[in-house]
Amino acid sequence: MISLAGRDILHSWGKFVFTGIGLGLLIGVTLSMAGIYRGMVDDAKVLLDNSGADLWVVQKDTLGPYAESSSIYDDVWRRIQSMPGVEKAVNVTYLTTQVHHGRHDVRAMVSGIAPGGPGTPGWPPYLIAGRHITRSHYEAVADIASKFKLGERIRIRRNYYTIVGLTRRMVSSSGDPMIFIPLKDAQETQFLKDNDAIWEQRRRTAANPNFNKPNSPGLLNAIIASQTTNPYVNAVLVRIKPGYNPEKIAQEIQRWKRFTVYTRAQMKEILVGKLIATSARQIAMFLIILSIVSSAIVAFIIYTLTLGKIREIAVLKLIGAKNSTIIGLIVQQSIALGVIGFVVGKVSATLIMAPIFPKYVLLEPLDSVMGFITILIICTLSSIIAIRAALKVDPAEAIGG
Amino acid sequence: MSSKGILIKNLKKRYGSGDTAVDALKKVNMRIAPGEVVGLIGPSGSGKSTLLKCLGAVIEPTAGQMMLGNEIIYDNGWKVKDLRALRRDHIGFIFQAPYLIPFLDVTDNVALLPMLAGKPNSQARKHALDLLTALDVAHRAKAMPSQLSGGEQQRVAIARALVNRPPVVLADEPTAPLDSKRALAVIRILNNMAKKFETAIIVVTHDEKIIPTFKRIYHIRDGVTYEEKGAGIEP
Repeated sequence: MISLAGRDILHSWGKFVFTGIGLGLLIGVTLSMAGIYRGMVDDAKVLLDNSGADLWVVQKDTLGPYAESSSIYDDVWRRIQSMPGVEKAVNVTYLTTQVHHGRHDVRAMVSGIAPGGPGTPGWPPYLIAGRHITRSHYEAVADIASKFKLGERIRIRRNYYTIVGLTRRMVSSSGDPMIFIPLKDAQETQFLKDNDAIWEQRRRTAANPNFNKPNSPGLLNAIIASQTTNPYVNAVLVRIKPGYNPEKIAQEIQRWKRFTVYTRAQMKEILVGKLIATSARQIAMFLIILSIVSSAIVAFIIYTLTLGKIREIAVLKLIGAKNSTIIGLIVQQSIALGVIGFVVGKVSATLIMAPIFPKYVLLEPLDSVMGFITILIICTLSSIIAIRAALKVDPAEAIGG
Repeated sequence: MSSKGILIKNLKKRYGSGDTAVDALKKVNMRIAPGEVVGLIGPSGSGKSTLLKCLGAVIEPTAGQMMLGNEIIYDNGWKVKDLRALRRDHIGFIFQAPYLIPFLDVTDNVALLPMLAGKPNSQARKHALDLLTALDVAHRAKAMPSQLSGGEQQRVAIARALVNRPPVVLADEPTAPLDSKRALAVIRILNNMAKKFETAIIVVTHDEKIIPTFKRIYHIRDGVTYEEKGAGIEP
């Protein structure tokens, strides 16, 4: 038996292809939305993986340093470093800010990294150009998504930095490129006040008789000095020695050092489950809406195509075609439309939408497979209305009168 | 079922019930021998279409008897379980317009019926081509219906109706859209095919040009048939 659906598609291929392209663009948007969600999750995982840490020590009772602000003294790392099982403990700061480059600025997450070298927690694990930071001040390593180039000078707050190295896939959980600068610079940047505020603070301190006592001439200078130093960081990244249990060491730090400590699994839960939860829900809603719209469009198209063939269906029924032949004709056309749409959608999502989208779009093969199966199901279900209309056709309609 | 024409006895069809009931067919008696082409003539509303639908096993008569060959297919109720298969294998249909499937070429339009009956595609296409050759349209075998003239389309429709060698063919005003020359050519083809395949053909028509070609004519008026001898002029 010949494929009636196949012959009809070949006969009026233009109608099917153009309809399929329209549907495909919609499917492409749907696949891209799924890719955006996957990209957000991947960004969060990349942030954790590239930090090189097993534990995050943060201010007590906070979800820092990514989901909430956290501030701890910058000498805490020494106490943690001395604990059994700790291989490396280093300070780190994170600050999302506008980084200026000429007349333009780029939103980036500036990370202050402690002195050390490649492999130290917090440092970019690899470079694609240039070198790592070797000086104590005013050098930076940037992710290429920032569009900065080697040797360029950028401004973060009031200070200028030279790009000495470029890295890749070092992004914040919201997809902003990361820029690494020395820890001291980052501390100054994070807690820096403008000159007027500093002057005002000194004036107020000097005007306070409790701080400016005639019999204690060094007190005022000591207080002002303490006010202008920044002994804080956002977190301490801890790498555990092989063979030690991260959960156990996290409990020890929490118990004895009185901080909140997160393991990698807990931090992933914070990033994926809390930080991007709202975005994930929004994307899920879009996916549902797009699926409904796609279903409605397929149903409408197939219904219209079927109504255009009512006379042929009546003739087919009159000359003895089984209902299964009629149903096969409609379902196969519906599925063919879905397949054309999926191919167009997959190609447009991979080659057009993902590269130009401002966020990282991760198109997982499994998502494509799931999408394809969903489209086949949607197309099959969408053809039900058309099938009902076709089965209602009276073969007597082919006979005049 | 053997190919031995069609016999209709006291066929009745009533639409609705009670006060609103309409007797579309009151008393229909017909006998068409194999190889015979008869005309069925009647004014609008006389019951022609209802009779065709009953004969085509599309609607169920209310009472009476129908025999196809030597088998009773209706006797105050259908005696055949699968009416779809009955239509496919034993009744050919020719419509006022050809109603060819627009997305199938000429060969497959004709071969579709045997394919639906489960014959292999190659065998079905061979039968179709034989018939198209007999009807002098084999040269358009690969053409699509939209590429055919009106006369060619109607010949392909005739081939489709005859491809399964049915004992009876129901032709519903098959010459209506054609000019005199082509209309007579169609009747000539039907006469030839009826003889060749021993098929009983009933031609419903209003066409004055072709009425004189029938040897026997059934008139239908108010749901009752009357037989009349026709002129039987060679088309």
